[in-house]
Amino acid sequence: MEKYRIDLTKGLEFGIYTLGDHIPNPHAGERISAQQRIREIIELAKLAEQAGIDFFSVGESHQEYFTTQAHSVVLAAIAQATEKIKIASSSTIISTSDPVRVYEDFATIDLISNGRTEIIAGRASRVGLFELLGYSLRDYEELFEEKFELLLKINKEEVVNWSGKFRAPLKNAKVIPRPLNGSLPIWRAVGGPPASAIKAGLAGVPMFLATLGGQASTFKISIDAYREAAKQSGFEPTELPIATAGFFYVAETTQQAQKESYPHVNQGLQLINGQSYPKRQFAQGVDPRDVMNIGSPQQIIEKILYQYELFGHQRYIAQMDFGGVPFDKLMKNIELIGTEILPTIKKYTAKK
Amino acid sequence: MKVVGLSGSKVGSKTRTAMNYTVEALTKKYPDAEVTLIDLAEYEVQFSDGRNYKEYEGDTKYITQTIMEAEAIIIGTPVFQASIPATLKNIFDLLPVNAFRDKVVSMLVTAGTPKHYLIAEQQLKPILAYMKAQIVQTYVFIEEKDFHRKEIVNDDVLFRIDRLVEDTVLLTETYTEIRKKREEKYDF
Repeated sequence: MEKYRIDLTKGLEFGIYTLGDHIPNPHAGERISAQQRIREIIELAKLAEQAGIDFFSVGESHQEYFTTQAHSVVLAAIAQATEKIKIASSSTIISTSDPVRVYEDFATIDLISNGRTEIIAGRASRVGLFELLGYSLRDYEELFEEKFELLLKINKEEVVNWSGKFRAPLKNAKVIPRPLNGSLPIWRAVGGPPASAIKAGLAGVPMFLATLGGQASTFKISIDAYREAAKQSGFEPTELPIATAGFFYVAETTQQAQKESYPHVNQGLQLINGQSYPKRQFAQGVDPRDVMNIGSPQQIIEKILYQYELFGHQRYIAQMDFGGVPFDKLMKNIELIGTEILPTIKKYTAKK
Repeated sequence: MKVVGLSGSKVGSKTRTAMNYTVEALTKKYPDAEVTLIDLAEYEVQFSDGRNYKEYEGDTKYITQTIMEAEAIIIGTPVFQASIPATLKNIFDLLPVNAFRDKVVSMLVTAGTPKHYLIAEQQLKPILAYMKAQIVQTYVFIEEKDFHRKEIVNDDVLFRIDRLVEDTVLLTETYTEIRKKREEKYDF
């Protein structure tokens, strides 16, 4: 775990992530400017740090209703604005980028942040960027696997010899600058069925698992498959961290949390995926067995501890800003996390 | 109420003829309904390549979007090689998994032989059920002999079309009502 900068004696890490979505606030009907949204994301990272939150990450989506296409640039600004919080991408779509450039960017951010930077590499759930950046969707899987392998290789070796299908070969190529401590924690972003989790396990790479909605027990299947695959490949599963990511919204009461957050989640999904979030499903989401962490502080603590018991994961990251949530509400969320949720979670999960 | 009539084939005229009758029956009986007839023979639709339906362009975008915005869909389909035509299957493939959630879908089937009567039962209904449609169980099955020069000449078929239209609208209203009642219980 040390290799991935995870200290088990500090308990479950708690993080915030944003996709950088840029959606009108459904309560007010208005959309803030892209500039304001980006500045607020940077500000949110600062507040998260002040509240004692462990981790903050930003994702890239190259289409309408998003602002952080250049997510590494935003992360560089966050690196400069903060001092101790871990920062990462969530995710970097390695399939449509050059791993050398990605590594250069993140190694640089790591130097700016004094060794706090990580990469989470994903395959993209929104695929608009393939056409924009000149790639074919038919290479969806292969692009990721090849480029992800190269990224891991660059992380291990300063001088790289490599050849593949989607990029010019590298001959004694020196990829610099190097990160502060020689290498970066690099995670594989995993969603959907266990197939992708198994690939992460076989490669012995830490896994970031998207758990947006549904019963926690369903996601346990991917987690078990991941650990089993890692073992088969000769890795020690207890050395490989697992993180989960999902919807989050906290308010004084569960009822208030539902009332405030539903219009955001619903409109966000409507605009991005073209389908609304059924109210019944959302209502079922408050059940302690559902992964969606929306509710009162007490309700959320109960859920996170239940998930921790089930998954045995090392990090949970919360998506609380999806669908045009205004900044004052985000501040309130951060405050409740810092004062009520974090202390209890840490108390029950810290390993002695 | 937004209703889409979807004529699912590029071949022949029987399905389109029957759909014309259906749309006419619908607008006559329910003048307030907002009806759009989409005849796939009139559009250039690309094959599904796995992207979200919102990311297509042109005819493909128009058709998927119109279907997604509908509350009820009346599908007209012929039977080809003991199954639904590829053009119609492609529309299903273009849409998200739960595309028909909270929508009522009814069917009208034209065929060259009565041997095809159970095709809709065995091949079309499972797709609609998988995509979460509220299915109008009874469909209208129309044979070659019921047509003459682009007209339906069997009164029984015309009566059944009337009943299909009525069932589609009534069920849509009913399910909307049920959903409303259920959602009113939630305080968000």
